[in-house]
Amino acid sequence: MDSGTDAQLLTALRAGDERAFVTLVRRHHDAMLRLASSFVPNVAVAEEVVQDTWVGVLRGIDGFEGRSSFRTWLFRILVNRARTVGARERRTIAVGDTGAVSGTEAAVAASRFDGGGSWASPPESWIEEVEDRLEAGKLADFLRTAIDDLPDRQRQVVTLRDIEGLSSEEVCSVLEISESNQRVLLHRGRSRLRQAIETGFGRPS
Amino acid sequence: MMRLRLWRRDLVCQQAVELVTDYLEGTLSRSDRHRYEAHMAGCPHCTEYLAQMRKTIELTGTLTPDDLTPQMQDDFIDLYRQWRADRSEGGLQP
Repeated sequence: MDSGTDAQLLTALRAGDERAFVTLVRRHHDAMLRLASSFVPNVAVAEEVVQDTWVGVLRGIDGFEGRSSFRTWLFRILVNRARTVGARERRTIAVGDTGAVSGTEAAVAASRFDGGGSWASPPESWIEEVEDRLEAGKLADFLRTAIDDLPDRQRQVVTLRDIEGLSSEEVCSVLEISESNQRVLLHRGRSRLRQAIETGFGRPS
Repeated sequence: MMRLRLWRRDLVCQQAVELVTDYLEGTLSRSDRHRYEAHMAGCPHCTEYLAQMRKTIELTGTLTPDDLTPQMQDDFIDLYRQWRADRSEGGLQP
């Protein structure tokens, strides 16, 4: 049952198969929790948002016609609820929390380049290190922490694109952001993750 | 990402690292893509950097979810059974 597609699991859960439901919940739980956490003040509230989202999914399941992917639909419900709850919990919404992405954030610190823009302190090697010598569980924990440390909006985009595997169009639709903002946030988020891995495991090449 | 205007000259490394995502997303103009690829061909550090970005994406994509705690699993099963009960009840109404 763990290997069915979302569509197969949906069919099964409509027919009353509770294992199909649990499989679906398990499959998306981390990403949902991580995404919800970026809108609300703490994990307890995020867990409520996730549960509430599944209630909404079950209630709406007969109206879901599969025109969008299930994941897009699921994450839109989640984001709507998380935004509503987040606004209520915080009372005020942080200024600049929505809308255009602004400011500059270098993928690599300017201090690592010389005056002409060439590498002065080139990327340290880590690919071989993490592939061959690092215990997989340790790397996964490290990466999860690094993702949790990303600024909220970068974490949202990285979670949907790179963990859940949504397309850029789907991410824009779920988060209601433009293609160019999506790309900027993705770029900054991925660049920070690369830097975190280099800082953690890099060795001068 | 820094919005760097690309003049008709060779890229420098500091510009190249800002174009990685646009390159991987396939959103560079044809001339910028050629300029990026020309830079890569002559720059081992930026080539390593691109490989690291690809590896970062791959690693993020292979994170597997932690299993639900038994308590959470029970809560979700309750939620599902409640829905199923409500639904079959609703189905009996004319």
